[in-house]
Amino acid sequence: MRLPRWFHLLGSPPFVYRLAGRLVPWLGAIACVLLAVGAYWGLALAPPDRVQGQVYRIIFLHPQVAYVSMMAYVVMAVSAGIGFIWRIKLAHAVAVTAAPIGTTFTACALATGAIWGRPTWGTFWQWTDPRIMSETLLLFLFLSYLALRAAFEDRDKADRVSAILAVVGVVNVPIIHYSVIWWNSLHQGPSFMKLDKPSIAPEMLTPFLIMIAAFTVCFYWLLLNGLRGQIVERERDTRWVKQLVEGREP
Amino acid sequence: MMEFLRMGGEAAYVWSAYGITLAVVLFNVWWARWTHRQALERARASSGESRTPRKPTVRHVE
Repeated sequence: MRLPRWFHLLGSPPFVYRLAGRLVPWLGAIACVLLAVGAYWGLALAPPDRVQGQVYRIIFLHPQVAYVSMMAYVVMAVSAGIGFIWRIKLAHAVAVTAAPIGTTFTACALATGAIWGRPTWGTFWQWTDPRIMSETLLLFLFLSYLALRAAFEDRDKADRVSAILAVVGVVNVPIIHYSVIWWNSLHQGPSFMKLDKPSIAPEMLTPFLIMIAAFTVCFYWLLLNGLRGQIVERERDTRWVKQLVEGREP
Repeated sequence: MMEFLRMGGEAAYVWSAYGITLAVVLFNVWWARWTHRQALERARASSGESRTPRKPTVRHVE
């Protein structure tokens, strides 16, 4: 089977560096507009909740941030796996870039969840809640990935060993998703990610979906933005990076 | 406007959640820029190093 040319180009660091550079401003603009619209809609236009009043407005934030944290892990694990199997350095670069984004978003999901839990469940934290615990495990997976990488002087070795950890840890992602179905949780069951029709009022569903789109674009914006630095770091001794820093077009 | 900012007396929860998330996004933007700039600076430094010891190669074309 012959693969199309763009497929091979996606393995070329200078091509991806320039492509990312061209996409980043667009993704950034789309992400900022969607985040602003979604936040305004969710905070000002959507009606207050009958039970929770105003505090429910964290729903336009917390699930989306948690979903990005899981997506970041899947992106990290899949690209680390591709890098491990086919020895593609660029794939490892993507994995390394996704790690700090995922770490901060996981921490943010736990923090916003705690803030929301206090007025609605009466507690910031519940050690026996399966979703809080599996999300906490996700945070520790990200942290161990970063710590494991830091333990190696040799970057190729760090890439290969940390890829194994990333791939093994991916089993935690479906556990996070199904934790509320499999076990007893303070969290409600899925209200949108299910086959049945969404159990959320339409005037709340629109900003909810806008924020999902906003955070998805935001993640890829941050990923491509960070990837550029990672590519330069890894390609430091190549001719095209030297030409780049000397101000000549490679 | 004040009513909007008060969030039905739950301002502390709503605004802190939004504030933390904004801070996380901004941190990631800053982090990407900072690592990119650092990488370019290191590349610049190493490209300067490798240029000095290299002797000019003279090729004779007959």
